[in-house]
Amino acid sequence: MTRHTGNDDTDTTEESNGTNGTERHEEADDGTPAQPTVPELGRDEQPAIFVPDDDEDGTTGASAGDETDPRTATDGGVESATGGSDSGDLSPDAYDPIDVFPEGDLDLRDGADSCYKCTSCDTSCPVAEVDDEFPGPKFQGPEQWRLKRKGDHDIDESITSCSNCMRCDDACPSSVPLSQMHNEARGQFVEEQMEKLSVEYIRNRILANYRTSARLASMTPRLASFAMNFGPARWAMDKLLGVPKEREFPEFATTTFREWWRDRGGAQVSNPDKRVAYFHGCYSNYNTPEVGKAMVRVYEHFGYEVLVPPQKCSGTPMFANGMLKDARRHAETNVENLVEAIGEGADVIASCTSCSMSLRQEYPELFDIHGIEDVSEHTFEALEYLRIHEDLNGALADARPEDEQAFAYHAPCHARNQGLARQAVETFREVDGVTMEDVGDSCSGISGTYGWKSEKYEKSMQIGEEMFEHMEDADGEVGMTECPTCAMQMEHGTGYEIRHPLQLLEETLVA
Amino acid sequence: MAIDSDVLVVGGGMAGIAAAVTAAREGADVRLVSHKASTLRQASGLIDALGYVPATEPTTPLREGPPTAGRELDRDEWPDPEGPLSDPYEAIDRLPADHPYRLVGPDALRDGLALFDDLVGDAYLGDHTDRNALVPTFGGSVKPTARYPAAAASGLASDDRPALIVGFRSLTEYDARAFADRLAAAGVPFDVAGAEVEFAEAFRADAKVTRLAKALDRNEEIDGTPAREALAKAVGPHLHDVVDAEGGVDRVERVGFPAFLGDDHSAEVRADLADRLGAAVFEIPMGPPSLPGLRLEDLLYDALDAAGVRFETGTPVVDYETDDDGRIDHVLMDRKGTKVPYGAEAVVLATGGLVGKGLDSDREGVREPVLDLHVPQPADRYEWFVDDAFGEQPYARFGVRPDDRLRPLDPDGEVAYGNVRVAGGVVGGADVAREKSASGVSLATGLVAGREAAREVTQ
Repeated sequence: MTRHTGNDDTDTTEESNGTNGTERHEEADDGTPAQPTVPELGRDEQPAIFVPDDDEDGTTGASAGDETDPRTATDGGVESATGGSDSGDLSPDAYDPIDVFPEGDLDLRDGADSCYKCTSCDTSCPVAEVDDEFPGPKFQGPEQWRLKRKGDHDIDESITSCSNCMRCDDACPSSVPLSQMHNEARGQFVEEQMEKLSVEYIRNRILANYRTSARLASMTPRLASFAMNFGPARWAMDKLLGVPKEREFPEFATTTFREWWRDRGGAQVSNPDKRVAYFHGCYSNYNTPEVGKAMVRVYEHFGYEVLVPPQKCSGTPMFANGMLKDARRHAETNVENLVEAIGEGADVIASCTSCSMSLRQEYPELFDIHGIEDVSEHTFEALEYLRIHEDLNGALADARPEDEQAFAYHAPCHARNQGLARQAVETFREVDGVTMEDVGDSCSGISGTYGWKSEKYEKSMQIGEEMFEHMEDADGEVGMTECPTCAMQMEHGTGYEIRHPLQLLEETLVA
Repeated sequence: MAIDSDVLVVGGGMAGIAAAVTAAREGADVRLVSHKASTLRQASGLIDALGYVPATEPTTPLREGPPTAGRELDRDEWPDPEGPLSDPYEAIDRLPADHPYRLVGPDALRDGLALFDDLVGDAYLGDHTDRNALVPTFGGSVKPTARYPAAAASGLASDDRPALIVGFRSLTEYDARAFADRLAAAGVPFDVAGAEVEFAEAFRADAKVTRLAKALDRNEEIDGTPAREALAKAVGPHLHDVVDAEGGVDRVERVGFPAFLGDDHSAEVRADLADRLGAAVFEIPMGPPSLPGLRLEDLLYDALDAAGVRFETGTPVVDYETDDDGRIDHVLMDRKGTKVPYGAEAVVLATGGLVGKGLDSDREGVREPVLDLHVPQPADRYEWFVDDAFGEQPYARFGVRPDDRLRPLDPDGEVAYGNVRVAGGVVGGADVAREKSASGVSLATGLVAGREAAREVTQ
């Protein structure tokens, strides 16, 4: 498939001869091309905000535009730039290129035009540093966006090598929405160009839907933990699915966070003035409930009433694999439940920086769901929220953990754009008995599911090399980070035990 | 509750870092916020103080009326600047009276450079003298600069050892042979030749400099040969390329490479190559994206950490509130949709100039977007520029105008906010591109702003 003019296989011109008489196909009879040469997504004329239903996707975008103004398919010539009027008025006052596009659609043109090719994004890209096949974020973002405007270009397959670390967002001095462009291009590539029966697609779908596997595994956690790391099984997974045998699957908790929450009878503090809704995500629920428990105990220590609304995956692994439909389905559940909690006066707290990044940035960038902006505005990372609303340094001034401890702290990439890369170091460095050393600004290299793919494993470890070296140079023999997959990589590369800042906070303040 | 600190520095470049470290050393509790990763990564990594004093008057008086860009009229012409200067300090008096150096004085520049020396340690050279060093840059020109990375040390133009300049076909922004010819034409006191070698071709055509640096850092195998060895082998046949005035052939004593010789382990990469080549190895500073800039960014952020400064990037300042005395009470940071107040006794604004986006411009005017400080400018847009691209461009000196304590002034010449100081590119009055003074202005004003802000807190 070299042209992306239709939405799916049923949208071919042959079928417009009567198989389904949509408005759009009737237009073809008027001599208007049934399929304007515009691409599907990432196009200012199109509803690039992801809509799950294929048919709706087609009719809301192209045909609406076609009916009202066929010239929207041109690319910024004077005629369309003046709104397609016949006035011939070329004065700058009449020139407003944004107005020619239907209102409400995602317009990435402004972002692409803001790129002045300084290449800061490329120098911030951990994949481009090790992967000769990867052309870098500047190509994947603004350049690819321009290429595909003409509709006869496939999305370059290299988009699947982007690990979605989002460091380019932080590097860009012009605020080009790079990660948003990558997410869109990847979504389009997977939707339209990827073979759905391929091993790669199936493997990616399984990795992206970690929650589904984790939920099943948690029904028999001990067996699952054993079986997932059983040698012959891992060999087979590597050969058949492309999941690297070098990696060790995380253990499943015998009691999930939600089971623990239910057994303890829910919140122990009731306080209508200080409420938070905990978005624990999949990993704190199924694998590291001790992080979730620490969150609850620390927040209750500060007098918060904790709510634990029903929730699904934040979508991070799905974005990274272009599975936007899956992500949207989960987002609908999350937004509905979190909006309800916000209505009860709660702010949303995540303990994983990728979950908070997703709810805050990717949700409103990619989906148009009622209330999604509210969720974005009310979401915070757990330590961040306490630092804003409580006198955390004061509370820690006289506190100290039971034993002296030294940590090698790694800031997850997704913490960066939220301004959180230094929060753990700054919170703990004044605490007696705690040494907290930042191991530098390199990427851990795992980027969620990226390092869980056999063909990416080597690259993932090469990216991580710098962090491993710095961890070993640091005094601490215990690692610390907010991100569960960074933690996996840190443990994998150094053998260190890895903890979450909330656990140290719990130990220092509550225990 | 606001996130409070004594001093809040807005901006993560050279000026912001100088201000933050200075204030912290004076005992203040300092926080530095930066909207994006520092644009130091776009900088050459050279620390210029003052290389030229450009003429501020045209050769003949300017015509009446707007500049002639695009029209067939006589274009204005400007004399060549004075320079390259050997001593940046003695030339300060010849700069315009409202130049930042004239406001803070030569001692501030001296102290600023001393601070820099202290922060970067032996990664930089040039502090043994007040005089400028002459460093060849990738355009083939020789730049007067106050401090230079150790990686560039063997490349100085004042050195008379014969030199080979190495280039790569796939590195399109840089042609080693043209570069060598330009150096020779400029009359450098050494024999020089350029050679294009096979090495970077092993990587993709548009490989990032970070990719090449990483391959050398890790000494990755390229077609079975470790990268450093492969590079040395490619250069080996050219070590006798230099021909002196008598037509004799010298073996070169130093070899210059575009600046990608490793990132984390660059000293080791250079030493390894020097050993293999039997010649000194140096880097030629490149345009953006710049590894010397990235390395400098790492050094300076480590220094911030060591000074106990809190810092965060990724979140912009979007608003501010004043108290009853007309001072900034707190600024509001946009944390992904939520405005969070950051309070401070004193604020240093070091957000950069037009490139760093500390100044914003459109057809209507030029603005300082964070605190809405006054930026003097001609009302008629045609008076923002002159014809001669290398002439005295008024826009180049646009910026916030402060008093000699770096407090920003309002349109009436009064102090705008008593507890704000401005530093670096956001300060007007310098034409840093023509003067070669960007780093020096940032260090001198950053140092004074940091000192002043700390004084504001202790008073």
